[in-house]
Amino acid sequence: MFLIGGSILALVIVGSAATLMGGKYSGAQWFDLVVFGVALGSIYALIALGYTMVYGILRMINFAHSEVFMSGPFTAYFLADAWGKSGFLEENPVLGLLVIFALAMTISLVVAVLLERIAYRPLRFAPRLVPLITAIGASFFLQYFFRGLYGPNIKPYPEIAVLKQYLRFGDLRIQYVQILVIVAAALMMAGLQLIVQRTRVGKAMRAVAEDKQTAALMGIDVDNIIVITFMIGGALAGAAGVLYALMFRQVSFIMGFIPGIKAFTAAVLGGIGNIPGAMVGGLFLGVIESLGPSLFLDGLGIPAPQQLKDAIAFTLLVLVLIFRPSGILGEKLAEKKA
Amino acid sequence: MKAKSNVDALLPIKIGLIGGIVAVSIALEGMIQAFSTRDIVSGVISMGHMLLLITLFASSYIAISRSGASQPARVLFAGALSGVVSSSLMAVLLWTGNFLPLGGMFVNATSQLYALLTFKQGVMTGSLFMLILGLVMGASSALVYLLPGRVRQSALGALALVVALGVLQELVTVTSSTFDALTPVIKFLYATNGLSTAGAITIFVAIAGISYLWSQRGTQIQSGINRLPPTSQRALRWTSILVGIAILLLLPKILGLYLSEVLDNVGLYMLMGLGLNIVVGFAGLLDLGYVAFFAIGAYTVGVLTSPELGRAIITDSWWLALPFAIAVAVLAGVLLGIPVLRMRGDYLAIVTLGFGEIIRIMVGSDFLRSILGGSQGVLLIAKPEVGPIKIINPPEFYYLFLGGCLLVIFISVRVKNSRLGRAWMAMREDEDVAQAMGINLVATKLLAFGLGASFGGLAGAMFASKLGSVYPASFNFLVSVNVLSLIIIGGMGSIPGVVVGALALVGLPELLREFAEFRFVVYGAALVVMMLTRPEGLVPEARRQIELEEFREVGKAPPGADAVVLKTLGQP
Repeated sequence: MFLIGGSILALVIVGSAATLMGGKYSGAQWFDLVVFGVALGSIYALIALGYTMVYGILRMINFAHSEVFMSGPFTAYFLADAWGKSGFLEENPVLGLLVIFALAMTISLVVAVLLERIAYRPLRFAPRLVPLITAIGASFFLQYFFRGLYGPNIKPYPEIAVLKQYLRFGDLRIQYVQILVIVAAALMMAGLQLIVQRTRVGKAMRAVAEDKQTAALMGIDVDNIIVITFMIGGALAGAAGVLYALMFRQVSFIMGFIPGIKAFTAAVLGGIGNIPGAMVGGLFLGVIESLGPSLFLDGLGIPAPQQLKDAIAFTLLVLVLIFRPSGILGEKLAEKKA
Repeated sequence: MKAKSNVDALLPIKIGLIGGIVAVSIALEGMIQAFSTRDIVSGVISMGHMLLLITLFASSYIAISRSGASQPARVLFAGALSGVVSSSLMAVLLWTGNFLPLGGMFVNATSQLYALLTFKQGVMTGSLFMLILGLVMGASSALVYLLPGRVRQSALGALALVVALGVLQELVTVTSSTFDALTPVIKFLYATNGLSTAGAITIFVAIAGISYLWSQRGTQIQSGINRLPPTSQRALRWTSILVGIAILLLLPKILGLYLSEVLDNVGLYMLMGLGLNIVVGFAGLLDLGYVAFFAIGAYTVGVLTSPELGRAIITDSWWLALPFAIAVAVLAGVLLGIPVLRMRGDYLAIVTLGFGEIIRIMVGSDFLRSILGGSQGVLLIAKPEVGPIKIINPPEFYYLFLGGCLLVIFISVRVKNSRLGRAWMAMREDEDVAQAMGINLVATKLLAFGLGASFGGLAGAMFASKLGSVYPASFNFLVSVNVLSLIIIGGMGSIPGVVVGALALVGLPELLREFAEFRFVVYGAALVVMMLTRPEGLVPEARRQIELEEFREVGKAPPGADAVVLKTLGQP
């Protein structure tokens, strides 16, 4: 087992060394990749928070979370498109984006709450496989339901001229959209941390995550707290979805699948159930994914390394689950065996 | 329930609203439009309208049975109220669509949809029609509810059969065309599109009558058979088995080319379903990357027998490549099994999903292009030969799939009742207890992965040679989901369940080509509904069936899905 891990590590080191010696990429290019990775990673982190919070409380993977992520921006597309065409978004980018965010977050929130109410709540005490299969079914249902509603085509998000410009420091540059993504994600994560650590609701959430029965005995409405958790997770996913749409400028019914798995990887990477862990895990995964193909795959002489970008994330997931299933920061919660 | 039997309008309204939301969703998903060209009774009702009627009927029926009303007036009230509430939501859709350009957002909100829903009468008359329709469906569901149980069952069963015969017109006419004697009957029953009116009425009356009589006499006949001496009982069983085999052997002759192709696909998914059934159904290990083994089997055969990849052919015999395909799949299964042995159920699901994706990305990448053909795939894969006969066409492949399925079913049945099968089931119920009973978890899990993978490899090998080529696009996550859905809907761990699941989930969509677009919406919804209401599946495994019957005999079944779930799956 450790032989496999060691050899993979050796390959990564050899590959990275070869690329760095070769000097194929300039410093500015590396900087670009890192910034892109951090931006992508913040999006993963926002989605991962939804997985991790739900896992912390219900001990289940909410497979349909990737569809919660998709539903908001996909619905908000129609507003964004209309405003993009009428020029409203160019004139009032701040107000326009705020409304788009609010709409997408609301839709995602509603989808998340409905999901909990219809699909998960009746199965809360069922054996593990049952809610898991329900979640997979719900994920597929939602994906294809939205495909039926809005059509199967990939839709382009409107372009906002301001966001396309670059902030320059000599040789280095950052695109404004990336700044927006990183700052917005950081703000939301700080807000979440504040809610969880400083408010009564946050305290109740932590209590429910620790022990549902005891929490109920202490007068906490467990059902209510679970709904709130889904609401927060849904809203964050919706916001992440708009950020994703602004960065890659496209939405479709399938857009949640890959980011969903990646975000789950991030959650596991940071230690599932652990909120700061999800943030760290997301950033780490984003940077690895952005640097990886150029850094170590290129050095190993693999052609078209970008094609294998997703394979890196999945391999990382498998490796983490094998060697350190409790993640980088460790699971916050004592594992209860189902 | 008694306390609630005062005129309680809240529940019918609530369920009516849910029914209405479902009906509006069906309309906006485009289902009514897609099915509107297929008539069930020619010129009278199309399948699209039927869908709407069934939704209205079913939601009112559920509203009545949930409200627990028993007096005719109250039943009628609850049904009609719920029906009208549902249809008023549809009317709201019509009015909104009349004033707002919904088509800009919802691709299916077209004028064609409105024309269908208003019966081309304009929004005013149309929405009035819709309300009346809701009232009528609600009232008729109340009437059906008030019928005595046996009559109700016969009538609903006959109605379901009429709908099925109307929908499956192509299957029925093609099948019967081999028997000349049936031609006048078919001519009477069917018009060019759907059943003829006279035919529909005849079928309904005949089937309702027969099933009513059968419900009276059926138990007598059954007990009559049971009273026969054991030798003739055995003879009876053998005769029915022989007849079944004869029908299976003759099927491609009766069904023709296209339907044989459909059967081939059913067989393919049945093979995969039986393999996944071992991993998920018997051993309780949720595998979401089953497509990986299918891909490995297909690519092994491809690489071994294709002359396309610019090197000497290793072998040109499919039969020689087959053992390698199975062996490589088993190896992959065991290799995947080793690292995930200690993993919890939900992590296992996501790791196997990741594994499936890695395999797909790898075979499609330029990195392995020289070996696996990259995104262009592998072409010119060998076809199997049996003696002098080369298997090329769908009807010939049918026999290959039939043989494969029978073999795999045989293995599954034997393994299930073996010591190993019992160990799997013990592990599924509780790993810790199973281990305490002396079951070697490592070996047992690896055997499940290996055997499951071998069936997948076999399916892949057959798939590759049937198509003659393999492409990475054929091995996406949807295949895994398809297979998983069919075993879960059929009944986890149940071998007949896999057969039924494959016929229903793979066979039906191919017969109803309009349905193909909606299959994943329906599968997803079916998985959720199945888990909520009937987690043991359509054809439950015997063990669970027994548990369920005991539970029903005790008669303490509290209403609501969760209690059923808890009880059937043996949780406190």
